[in-house]
Order: sequence, then structure tokens, then C-alpha cells
Amino acid sequence: MNDCQNTPLLEVRNLVVNFYTRGGVVQASRGVSFQVAHGQTLGIVGESGSGKSVAVQAVMGLISNPGRIEGGDILFRGRSLLDPAGRKFVRKVRGKEIAMIFQDPMTSLNPVFTIGTQITEVLRHHLGMTRDQARKRAMDLLGLVDINAPEKRLKQYPYEMSGGMRQRVMIAMALACEPRLIIADEPTTALDVTIQAQILELLADLQQRLEVSVILITHDLGVVAQLCHRVAVMYAGRIVEVGDADQVFASPVHPYTKGLIRATPRLDVVTERMVSIDGVPPDLISPPQGCAFSPRCDQAKNDCLRSQTLTPLGDDRHVSCWCAIKGDTR
Amino acid sequence: MIGQANEATPRAAKDGAAGSPLVCVKDLSVIFDAGRAGFWGRKRLQVHAVEKVSFDIHPGETLGLVGESGSGKSTTGRAILGRVPVSSGTIYFQGKEITHAGKERVRALSRHMQLVFQDPYASLNPRMKIVDIVAEPLLVHGLVKNTKEAAGEVAQLLELVGLPPDAGARYPHAFSGGQRQRVGIARALALKPQFIVADEPVSALDVSIRAQVVNLMQDLQARFGLAYLFIAHDLAVVRHISHRIAIMYAGNIVELADRHLIYESPVHPYTKALLSAVPVPDPPVQRARQRITCPGEAPNPMDPPSGCRFQSRCPYVTQTCRDTAPVLTSRRPGQTAACWNC
Amino acid sequence: MNGTSAETLEKALEKNRYEWVEKLQELGRELKRDKAGLIGVILITALVLMAVFAPMIAPHDPTDQDLTARLAPPVWYEKGTWNHMLGTDHLGRDVLSRSIHGARVSLWVGAAVVLLAGGFGVVMGLMAGHLGGRTDAFVMRWIDTQVAFPGLLLALIILAVIGPSLTTVVVVLALNGWMVYGRMTRSAVLSIRQSPYVEAAEVVGCRWPRVIFRHILPNLTSPLLTLAILEFARIVLAEAALSFLGLGIQPPATSWGLDVSMGKNYMFMAWWLVTIPGCAIAVTVLAINLVASWLRLISDPQEREKQYARHMAGAMRKKMQATIEKESKVP
Repeated sequence: MNDCQNTPLLEVRNLVVNFYTRGGVVQASRGVSFQVAHGQTLGIVGESGSGKSVAVQAVMGLISNPGRIEGGDILFRGRSLLDPAGRKFVRKVRGKEIAMIFQDPMTSLNPVFTIGTQITEVLRHHLGMTRDQARKRAMDLLGLVDINAPEKRLKQYPYEMSGGMRQRVMIAMALACEPRLIIADEPTTALDVTIQAQILELLADLQQRLEVSVILITHDLGVVAQLCHRVAVMYAGRIVEVGDADQVFASPVHPYTKGLIRATPRLDVVTERMVSIDGVPPDLISPPQGCAFSPRCDQAKNDCLRSQTLTPLGDDRHVSCWCAIKGDTR
Repeated sequence: MIGQANEATPRAAKDGAAGSPLVCVKDLSVIFDAGRAGFWGRKRLQVHAVEKVSFDIHPGETLGLVGESGSGKSTTGRAILGRVPVSSGTIYFQGKEITHAGKERVRALSRHMQLVFQDPYASLNPRMKIVDIVAEPLLVHGLVKNTKEAAGEVAQLLELVGLPPDAGARYPHAFSGGQRQRVGIARALALKPQFIVADEPVSALDVSIRAQVVNLMQDLQARFGLAYLFIAHDLAVVRHISHRIAIMYAGNIVELADRHLIYESPVHPYTKALLSAVPVPDPPVQRARQRITCPGEAPNPMDPPSGCRFQSRCPYVTQTCRDTAPVLTSRRPGQTAACWNC
Repeated sequence: MNGTSAETLEKALEKNRYEWVEKLQELGRELKRDKAGLIGVILITALVLMAVFAPMIAPHDPTDQDLTARLAPPVWYEKGTWNHMLGTDHLGRDVLSRSIHGARVSLWVGAAVVLLAGGFGVVMGLMAGHLGGRTDAFVMRWIDTQVAFPGLLLALIILAVIGPSLTTVVVVLALNGWMVYGRMTRSAVLSIRQSPYVEAAEVVGCRWPRVIFRHILPNLTSPLLTLAILEFARIVLAEAALSFLGLGIQPPATSWGLDVSMGKNYMFMAWWLVTIPGCAIAVTVLAINLVASWLRLISDPQEREKQYARHMAGAMRKKMQATIEKESKVP
């Protein structure tokens, strides 16, 4: 993966996104960097307001007033998506090579057109297919996402479908142009648990079969555990820990990662009381100096007021925590 | 006290067997009219939201009510509060029947039972200060004359739920989701009720905050002997707070059992599917887990199938399931399930 | 313990008592940035002041006739005099003074009609939305019927039967205009009463009047305000139209519509008789519309934030960088 000739599929470098609001400047993304390799699934975990969605919205060009991208770069196959000179490239990439799946499929499906019209529209527009070709391909796509009787489904309107079915249609549309990267922003949050299980299984299966890269944004560590190869944990607009999913879950280093794993209720382990992280997430208008987690951290010390960056900790693991880094070198 | 109770023998549930239940629901059915269909409107559309649901809740006990969207869990909670007309069946509170209580009766009962909402953002009036929101129950029941008189009590309530008393002077938008949910709990507690219906109170909250609110509710229960009907959409959260758990599917309770039995030896295939649907935050374990998935989706509540409602998704379905609906029968001491094949 | 926490709360309440002043100041700052809205507000304020202090501002009594100076042109013409700055009409009455006094009628009619129609419409809408069932059906069919009937025609019939006067004009216009409020209030009530905080109020034991007036109505104010202001503009036009047709304000009282109607006979000899009251009507309606569109903008929180960011991002960025630099200098 660190091979020189193999540039990562997507690289986000030191991304800074600010939202200018009445209350002050909300620093939603304060220098976020991550990479996604070919055929890899990266999970970005964080709570609401951690900036996890903002990072991928920047990739998709969805940041609009009052938000501004004010620093860093986003490279797709080594080319910048933020460079104004490469507009043509950006237009080609977004929607075709990078597809997005949203939390609520109802908002991204047009209620007045049938599913069939919407899928064929994408195929004809992006790939220049004829009507018949597009229809055939649309049926294939619905089959790919395990929708029975695709012919009948193509004639249905979004409101005639259940939430799970709509999300399958969204996935089919995302796959329409054979993208290299799929960004899924909380794809199962609005769904029931048994339907969530179905969709997660489908996503895992598709990812393996089509060898596509996936960025999965979620607040649920369980979902990451099921789907992701790598995981990045975000807190207050920064990535605090990133690494191989198995390793991060087995031996979390950052106190926030530890807390998050402990706070996620598990069905296979009995605890008497639920474990919480005391305090509240920080206000991103005036984030705490240094480590943003330090006010809630039980290991916080004076060092934590100094600003810090993601520091490698061996084996593709990066952590930004003074305590963890010192403990490691000792 | 309750917080320290052993998982195997929840205290209140044990006590409850002897004492009389606080809330008793018998064969509750709720059917909504959903307009008419057909060219002349001859066909009446009815939504069978809740059908023949029975359970007891004892003082100081939490009954977890788990089901997916459309299972009728919220409707059940609202029927007890008198907010939804009951089609058949009876509801008792403290031994008295309240099934078809009139408006004034429901109002009087609101001093004894309250509701905590799912959405902490939408459940607080954006144009009212926190102090007015929390004092409102006291005010409308004539316990205080104005908000100023209630200041002492409001401050106490805010401290009780872990908010600083000066939070009362601000508007809801100044608070985070978890803090707002605390305000909602303070409002519910203002009238000192014995019974609280908590309608997915932590579903909208972040993981790290979720536990804070659940623990708070547990502490309040231990302190005031509250009984909860704790509604949730998955089995992960209810484990810590519930003494007994009822699983609902498409308007029916399919399994009702002591908490540890639900997790350790579930009987109904739907319970098993729900358990395995919650992913474990541990990749190797999650990969190795044997998962019971149920394909398809819940049946249309306007046209429920005859027989067992889970038949279309059940891996063990037989002809009996298609013909006759199963009823809850005892499987073990403290565990009942409605299934022909298990 | 109880005593101190209650005191903390009371102190905090005392401190926040005047926060509405700050909110108003904030609103003022935003108005300053929105040029169109600012112009609208200034124009309206000027019109209102003009109407209130008309007797003091106007150089002449609007009904004073000066037959020696009939149809005098405005001051910039050769025959114009400073005495009649904007000229005189066919009876030698001062056009400027008449226009100033005309503002009184227009604004008074506008305000009275908006209050009357708005009050009635909101009450009917609240009843229809909250009580539902037959009340709802009755009120909505009533509204449908009235909307289907040509409004101006109804007004003409009533005015022709009863006879025109200021009061009848107000009543007739109010009867014609309450339906919009009714419809909007009803639909807003239907959506707001679904919201969890209204359910919370009911669960807690609020009776319906409190639910309506404490929980539903306050959340309706900003859309109602915008509607009322737009309606105000419509009423000003309607009053002018009725007066023009001779069914509104009657001479010797003054009204812009009346002046236009009287001036039309002399349009080719004395253009100012039509143009000046006509301009007054146009400017008033324009100003009201400017204010209304500004109000609509700021009552949408998202749009308001965007507007704010557009104006303030640069300054905020500079400030933020300055603080970051300051912090980094501290070892």
C-alpha cells in the first residue's frame, strides 16, 4: 500500500473548513488528513459535530455558504479536486468516479419520477447509453443490489417503496457508473436494525465483488467493525486516531477511542452500568487549546495544552495524544 | 439500589410478583382509520397498529419495549397515556381502569404518568425559556401561581438532572442534544409521577452521551421508585435499564421475558434476529458471529397476514404458522413467547 | 442548598431580562447591511412620520381653495411658485399638502384593515386548525366560497348599497382580505400541532387555550408578520382603487386614489395632478415590499446565516487569524 508507484485513490491533506455563523467561526474541520487506497474500506467514526460529514462533503463539493474550504487539498488519483484549473476533471470525477450514498434516500430520490427513469437518466447522461441499453443495465443494477422483480420495481415511485428498498435503489444508482470510490454517509442510520443488517451485508458483499473503495461515515462502531479495513476516529474537527480496524478495536490508544469503544453497548458482554464519557463535546467556535479532548480526559496533563499532530505509532497507526506517544517511547 | 441489582434477579421484578402492578395492560388493540379506498370509497382502510397486547409494570420496575418502526411500540405507550383511542382491551393504573378516560381524567392522570420524547430538538418549544418549560407542568396544574414562584422547584429539578440552575434562563437552542434531553426529563419529573413512558429517549443522542442519560434515568428510578416503559428500537440500549423486556413485531408482542433470558436464551426467531442484527464493535468477533438474518420487511399494517405476522420472514415457517396466530405461552419461569415452532 | 440554587436561577433570569434589546440591536446591524431593506424601512418610517405630523408639515390646509391660483404648475416651471411647491389642482388646492394628508388615509386604512382582517383570519384559522372536524370543514368551505367570489365586485356592491365612507371602506376591505390569514394560520397550526413540543404541552396537562396561545401562536408570528406586511401593500392599492372609482374616500377628505381620479380630467394640461399622488402610491407599495422581502429573509434562519456569512466572513477570518497568532506567540 505504501508502494511508490501506487498513489492512494483519494488523499485528503490538512483540510480546513470553516462555517461563518452568527455565533462565531465554527471550525468544522481543523486540518483533517486521510488516505483511501484502492479497494479499501475506510470508516470515519465520530459523534455529531465532529466534522466527519464535512470532510466528505468537501470531497463531493457540497460545502456551500456559510461554509468555506480554507486550507488543505483533496487529491483524487493524484490530481487536486480543489484546483480551479482542473474544473473539467472535477466535473468528470464527481458523480461518475466518486458516488455518494446519503442517510435519507427520500431526499436524494426525486419523488415525481419512477425509479427506472431516475436510474436510466444517470446512465444515459454519464455514460451516453441508449434507452434500451440503459434499461437493461438498470435491471442488472437492481439485481446486483438483490432487488427481486426488477422489471416491476423500475416502474415504481420512491414513495411506493420501503426505506430499506429505497436505500438499495440509492446504492444501485451509486453503482451505475462503476465508480472507483463510494462515499456512504450514515447509510443505515435511518433504517431498522434488521434492515440495517441486510444493507450492511449487501455493502460488504458489493465492495468485495466490485473491488471498489468505500468511505463509510458513521457514529456506530459496530457498523465499522463489520465493514471497514481501516478506521479513523474524529473528534472536534480532527482525526485523533487512525489505523487498521482490527488493531484499533483490539488496542485503542487515544483515550477518546477507548471511551467510545467502552460506551458502545455490546450484546456479548455483560456490564452492570453503561459506561459514559463525562462532559459534553466541545464547542467548535472556540475549541479547547491543544488536545480538544483534554477537558473530558482523565489522563489530561499540562502537555495536553500544546497543539499536536497525528504521530505515527508503528504499523500504519497514527495517534494524536501526548500521553499515548510518551507512553510508547518509554 | 436498583442500579446494583444482580442481572440474574432484577429486584423489582421479583418484588412485583407479590405486589400489585402499577400499570396493567390487557389485550390492548389500537386500530386507526386510514381513510377509504376504492372508487366509491367502499373499502375502509384500517391500520392494525397494536393487536392484543398484554403486560404489567410494577412500581419501580422498567419494562423495555423493543420493536422496529411500525411495530406499534410508541402507540402502545401513548395508549396508556390516553393519547390514542383504544379499540379494545383494558388498561388499569393503580388498579383503576383508565381505558377510555375522558379529557379531564387524562389531565388529572398526567400528574401520575409522564412522557419523555425521542427528539430532544423538537420536543422543547423554541420560544420558551428552560425555566418556563420546566415550570409549565406545575403552572397548569395550579401548583404554583407563576414561574417566579416555581423558581426554587425548577432550580432543584435542573440540578436533579445534572444541569446548572442558571441554565433555566436560556432558550433551548443554547443546549446540546444530551442537555436538552435532561430538560425533557426534568419537565417529566416536575409533577412527581410514578410512571414514565420513555419513547426512545436516547436514540437521537451520541454514543458517549447516551450512557449519561440512561444512567441518569436509572439513578432517578432508584431514588424515586419510578416505573418506566422504556421504548427502544434495538436491544443494545435497553439491556442496562430494563428488568423485563417485551419484543414487539407488527403490533404483537412476540416474546416477553426477564432481561437475562432475552439475551442469554432467546426463544422467538425474531428476537434472535434482532440480537444478531446489532453489530458488535469488535471486528474479529463480529466476523466470526453467526448471524441470523431475516430477509424481507415487516408486513403491511393495513393488510396483516392471517396467522403469525412474522411468517413472511421466518426461517422456520410451517403451515400452522400461516393458518393460526400463536399466542404468548410460558417457556421458562419468567419467559413467554408466541411461536409454534420453538 | 435549595435556596442558593433558586437564587442562582433568579439572578440568571434577572441578567437575561434585557436580552431582547441585544437581539434588536443585532437586527439593526443586519438591516444596515441589507441596503434594499434599509431603504424600505427608511421610506416607511418617513411615510409614517409624514402621516402622523401631516398638519405640521403640510404648508397649506389640503382643502383650502385658492381659485386665483388654479392649476398652478410645480416650482421648476416658469409660472411655478414656492408657495405651491408641487402645484395646485383645478380648485387651487396645494398638491403637496394633499399628498401629505393622503398618506394619513392610506396608512390608516392599511393598518386598520390588516389588524381587523388579520385578527379575524387568525382566529378562524386557529379554530379550524385546532378544533378540526366540522368547524374546520365549515370555515374552509366559507373561505373557498369567498375566494371564488370576485372580491372587488363584492366591495363595489356593498359600498354602492351602504354608501361610501372611511369606515365602510375599512370593513369591506377587511371582509375581503381575511381569508389568506385564515388559510395560512390553519395550515401552520396543522403542522405545528404535530410537533413534539405541542404534544409535550398536552401530556403535561395544558388545556387547549394555553396550547394555542402559548405554544402554537408564538411560533406563527414571523410568517404572519411577513404576510401582514404584504397584505398592507395590497390594501393600500385597493383603497386607492376604490377611491379612484369614487366608492372610497369622499371629498372634501383627501386620498391618493381620489386625487388621481380628479386629476385625470386635467391629465394633459396639468400632469402633476395625476403623477404626484400616483408616485406616492407607487413609492409606498415599493417600500412595503422591500421591507417584506427583507423580513422574509431574516425570518428564515438558514437564509439569515448565509447572508451573515456573506457579509462577515472576511472580517471574522481576520479576527480569528489574529487570535491564533496571538496564542501561538505565547510560549
